[in-house]
Amino acid sequence: MAFDSFSAFLVMEGHGPYVWACYGVFFVLMIAMMVWSVHRRKAAIESCRRGYEFQADRSEQQAARGSAASFTRVNVSQD
Amino acid sequence: MWQFFHKLGSPKWFFGIATRLMPWLLAGGVLLLMAGIVWGLAFAPKDYLQGNSYRIIFIHVPTAFIAQSIYIMMAVAAVVTLVWRMKLADVFVKAVAPVGLVLTFLALFTGAVWGKPTWGTWWIWDARLTSMLILLFLYGGVIALDRAINDEKSAARAVAILVLVGVVNIPIIKYSVEWWNTLHQPATFKLTEKPSMPADMWVPLLLSVLGLYLLFGWLACLRMQTEILFREQRTRWVKDYVMAGRG
Repeated sequence: MAFDSFSAFLVMEGHGPYVWACYGVFFVLMIAMMVWSVHRRKAAIESCRRGYEFQADRSEQQAARGSAASFTRVNVSQD
Repeated sequence: MWQFFHKLGSPKWFFGIATRLMPWLLAGGVLLLMAGIVWGLAFAPKDYLQGNSYRIIFIHVPTAFIAQSIYIMMAVAAVVTLVWRMKLADVFVKAVAPVGLVLTFLALFTGAVWGKPTWGTWWIWDARLTSMLILLFLYGGVIALDRAINDEKSAARAVAILVLVGVVNIPIIKYSVEWWNTLHQPATFKLTEKPSMPADMWVPLLLSVLGLYLLFGWLACLRMQTEILFREQRTRWVKDYVMAGRG
């Protein structure tokens, strides 16, 4: 241990505010960047999933509409 | 060799490798960084000249060092983008530029706060400091240029050219402390010489540099995966991956 007590460790002979400000900003920015990056990846997966579900719904609807149309009889007069 | 090269260009292959590597990179990075920082803050001896303010070195040197090596890696990726049109190289540049920006900012910030008790000033237009500020602007420029161009291929080419033009700044940063009579102290580590500081100071510094490197590796994998998911969302394997994760 380079310091005699915990309070000496915090004060660092007057250099405490400089040292702790640096480490504080370092940890805040690093953690924020890591959390943001994880969040972005999750958001990307979510947006892909919604895209696929939307496509699936649309093709189902189209299939339903398409089949309904194919069974419609068109009566053409034979006279 | 060529097969490996082609595989490396395949986003799907990279995605799988990254998934397997990431837990190790994160665990190793956090462990080494914390070990280096705790050792440096509480156990390393005081500097005879600068007192305790020198303890900022355990984050200042890693952030500055990795901020520069990210730029060199981006330049290599830019060459690959321009010559071989490898998709993954462009994904890398896009994914890591914001990380480089944050690390450059941290290097400048910790340097300024260290400068106050040591030099008596927060900022001076010294060669090392100015060239680092230019690096910050280069990262900002890369991100802005990429966002400004909608077409993926033109954006990749434009960004690659900007990165390559900016690479001239890297040797200027490195040698600024030798070419000009600056306030900034010379390099802490040199490959060719034994460190001039005691082991109790340089071992924790080395640990925190390695730790931050691994953390950068984790961030790069994570952010590249995000970019790949966006770009490849029309492919079968991304669809399978996304839909499998839900169930």
